[in-house]
Amino acid sequence: MLLISCPWCGERDEVEFHYGGESHIAYPDDPEAITDDAWGEFLFVRNNPSGEFRERWLHTHGCRRWFNLLRDTSTHEIVRSYRMGESADQSSGAERESD
Amino acid sequence: MSIEHARADHFEHPSELWRASEPRASYDVLVVGGGGHGLATAYYLAKEHGLTDIAVLEKGWLGGGNIARNTTVIRSNYLWDESAAMYEHSLKLWEGLSEELEYDLLFDQRGVLNLAHNLHEVREGIRRVNANRLNGVDAEWLDTDGVKEFCPIVNTSSDLRYPVLGATLQRRGGIARHEHVAWGYATRASQLGVDIIEGCEVTGIDVAGGRATGVQTTRGPISANKVALVAAGHRSVLAEMAGLRLPVQSHPLQALVSGLLEQRLGCVVMSGAVHVYVSQAHKGELVMGAGIDAYNSYAQRGSFHVIEKQMAAAVELFPIFSRAQMLRTWAGIVDVCPDASPIVGLTPIEGLFLNCGWGTGGFKATPGSGWTLAHTIATGEPHRLNAPFALDRFAHGRLIDEHGAAGVAH
Repeated sequence: MLLISCPWCGERDEVEFHYGGESHIAYPDDPEAITDDAWGEFLFVRNNPSGEFRERWLHTHGCRRWFNLLRDTSTHEIVRSYRMGESADQSSGAERESD
Repeated sequence: MSIEHARADHFEHPSELWRASEPRASYDVLVVGGGGHGLATAYYLAKEHGLTDIAVLEKGWLGGGNIARNTTVIRSNYLWDESAAMYEHSLKLWEGLSEELEYDLLFDQRGVLNLAHNLHEVREGIRRVNANRLNGVDAEWLDTDGVKEFCPIVNTSSDLRYPVLGATLQRRGGIARHEHVAWGYATRASQLGVDIIEGCEVTGIDVAGGRATGVQTTRGPISANKVALVAAGHRSVLAEMAGLRLPVQSHPLQALVSGLLEQRLGCVVMSGAVHVYVSQAHKGELVMGAGIDAYNSYAQRGSFHVIEKQMAAAVELFPIFSRAQMLRTWAGIVDVCPDASPIVGLTPIEGLFLNCGWGTGGFKATPGSGWTLAHTIATGEPHRLNAPFALDRFAHGRLIDEHGAAGVAH
């Protein structure tokens, strides 16, 4: 089980959380203007790296807030968590390792 | 980990069944991935289409990936016409496969029950039985007493948290011995002239002028006229090498096996609602699978709470299992599509073919998947069975939503 740092509540067991897939997917500015390919890409295509991945989690059984996690999908190592509206790089959120 | 090391850690597999090959500088067709689907693709290319200048490239050892990590359930009772046609074709191939490969796959049509635990599942189950029959797929609806009669050890008491209200039954469904499938296809493909190359990881895909021209591997570059990516959970990584982005996400899917027990479970039982599916292997082990772990992963392991929940459901459904000891758990990496249906066929890159997104249920499709992909590679056109499973359906919106028949329980 993962031990996840919620940027509001601190470290909690994975069972308190709900997974939300990749972070930082922006809604198209003008959905009606884009092509079917671009719309399909927005709806269905996500990065799927073997390595560091930015993803959303919801602290369902805690503060009930969404946040972001930078996690390595090949090792399950959690690099850092950061709040919505922040980017992983400018984050002042909880960290589990120095970087 | 080297192949030698991996073999020492696991078990000896009968590599003398097929020729161990050194990679040549070029082939007509390269199949990337030596799992069930890749080997079946190579076999049908040779057998049905007369192509023999083929190499199967496997990064680890043959039979070390998902082909030997799945829970071996075979059935074809999917809802939509496209899926029913694909999986039923596959099931019909299974029915003659041991004879065709002259290799005993221990294919056993012992029947597959899909339990319904609430009114919605009852309605969906009956709907699917009707849809299956219209598509020529054998299917029956059993009420609670019918389930008890077919599988006496299922707890059908009405005071369960998730009571058994009925089940669909596909009598032609069942199980097979999964590593035999890999070995059988490998043996016959090798006899037909296919090179099977283990310990050869693809590190790059060469594309020139919109056309695939070969691959880079840990054992040197190999050129080819056609390249087929058939590497299960790791396909996104491979596809990215060719500049392709795929609508798949990789997740761990966990399974467990018990010690050897007296034969008590004569069929496959699956439940989507409580996330458990179980069969008893011929040797006597209970083989169980869970739902996928929610997060993306390539680590071939999952979280314990997933199998804890699954065991709780299994023990409630089968009180007779409560003293059984689970010997080991493991995970495979499955690539899941948004509509729980696979992608099989052409890509925007000429000469590059794709077979992915089988998610949690690819084993049952091994023969049909290989058959249709071989047709597509040989002719350059989709087979009528895999045409609906094209990559461009995500742009056109022609999704084949099989979450009900495929989403969790396989």
